[in-house]
Amino acid sequence: MLELHGIGAGYGRAQVLRNLCLRVEAGEILCLLGRNGAGKTTTMKAIMGLLPLMAGRIVLDGTEISALPAYQVPRAGIGYIPQGRRLFPGLTVAQNLAVGMQTRASPPEVLEEMLDLFPRLRERMGQRAQTLSGGEQQMLATARALCLRPKALLLDEPTEGLQPSMIEAIRQVIVKMRDRGVAILLVEQRVDAVLSVADRVAFIENGLNGETLSAEALRADHSIVDRYVGV
Amino acid sequence: MELGPYLLLATLEGAVTAAVLALTAVGLSLVFGVMRVVNIAHGEFFMLGAVIAWYVAQMMGGHPAIGFGAALIVAPLLVGAIAVAVDMTILKRIDYDPERTIVATIGVLYIIQQLTLMGYGPDARPVAAPFNTRLAIPWWELKDGSLQMYWPWGLSTTSYKLAVIVAAPLVLLGVWLMMARTRIGLLMRATQQDRDMALAFGIPVERVYALVFGIGAALAALAAVLIVPIQQAHYLMGTDPLLLSFIVVIIGGLGSLPGTVVAAILIGLSDGIISVFFSPTLAKILATLLVGLVLVFRPQGLFGTRGS
Repeated sequence: MLELHGIGAGYGRAQVLRNLCLRVEAGEILCLLGRNGAGKTTTMKAIMGLLPLMAGRIVLDGTEISALPAYQVPRAGIGYIPQGRRLFPGLTVAQNLAVGMQTRASPPEVLEEMLDLFPRLRERMGQRAQTLSGGEQQMLATARALCLRPKALLLDEPTEGLQPSMIEAIRQVIVKMRDRGVAILLVEQRVDAVLSVADRVAFIENGLNGETLSAEALRADHSIVDRYVGV
Repeated sequence: MELGPYLLLATLEGAVTAAVLALTAVGLSLVFGVMRVVNIAHGEFFMLGAVIAWYVAQMMGGHPAIGFGAALIVAPLLVGAIAVAVDMTILKRIDYDPERTIVATIGVLYIIQQLTLMGYGPDARPVAAPFNTRLAIPWWELKDGSLQMYWPWGLSTTSYKLAVIVAAPLVLLGVWLMMARTRIGLLMRATQQDRDMALAFGIPVERVYALVFGIGAALAALAAVLIVPIQQAHYLMGTDPLLLSFIVVIIGGLGSLPGTVVAAILIGLSDGIISVFFSPTLAKILATLLVGLVLVFRPQGLFGTRGS
């Protein structure tokens, strides 16, 4: 569904990613693991077209999205839940969701579906996003991205700073989306959280591909994890 | 004549200044708020509005109201289109870099100003007001223990000035409705708050920028059309509105539209009142002093938020 073919990307002249290849199938959760600064968030930004590619190409469902201007990348069907949530802080919950709804002109029932998925948001529709609690903000960021009815979903540390019940709620939504056939690329620091949801795990080190393994294999042999992300 | 009637007259003059200033400054504030760039050529868009209004009024002929009405529509549209062209050919190419935009718009300022001098000439030319009835204003005085109404000599305004005072708030209400209630307003505010996330949710940020720059310039042009029956069109008339708009935008809080309107009323009224009682120069000195004080003691402006 989502394929990265030998991409290079970075900030200014500082190249972070080198010849990175990834492949996420529909209905699969691929988790990207690596140390701080390995290039996980950079990969996400490069997919969204927010950083110019220095090399390679990115294909979503047969469309070469790396050839599109940045604002057309989400319209091709990618929902992005960025690190630190990055809501529109001065807009209300309803308006934040409206921004997600307009991206691909989703029909109104999608909004209803999101509010059924996150009932807490329904009570807060008129409230500014910046006044929400951390967990509610994460719900809103997730709902905003799902409003696109994405083919592929990018999640950058969605459980960062959340309480366990909220982490579980987010996990359930991720699994639900996978079962609907969404291709999910997940960046996560906490290895135990990863192993419980991921189908495959791709390691990234200094902007280069490491091994890609099935989560089952990792659950059986923890030493590989320690090699890539251990202290 | 006692002090009261003078004060009323000065307040009315100040209200006209405030109305026109509010429109001009909101245009500047909108551009700064959404695009985070400072447009030094804003005053020239104001001047272009007045000059185009004169050309349109000349071409239409007939009753002054026809020419003025046409100018009210043509001038903002034309100036808006010029601004969109400036955005797409210049600002977009320098990637909206704040410093380079300042230098680039200084260049645009001189290009527009000198082209106007070459085409329109150095004369100040009036545009006839669509209606201009003289309205005497009554005052009250205490005579034999009871209030009596009388008509002090020279205390009057015109119907056109009152119309300007009414028209500006209506236009500003329209701007507010656009920002708060429409889809394009939502996209503008989303772009303002987080440009990258706007892109990540399919908002064509470059088109939003071009539109905002055009609307900002069109507001300045509209303000100029409103003032040109009172002030005359001249190729150097953009300097004062630019300075006052900056003063207003800084005092109100960069990018805050309500703050801009409040500061425009404050500066416009005090400019009118101080000009009548003392001198226009003193009014400018005090306004500039106020900016200095605001920058020292409340750098985010009266209505701005810190660090945004």
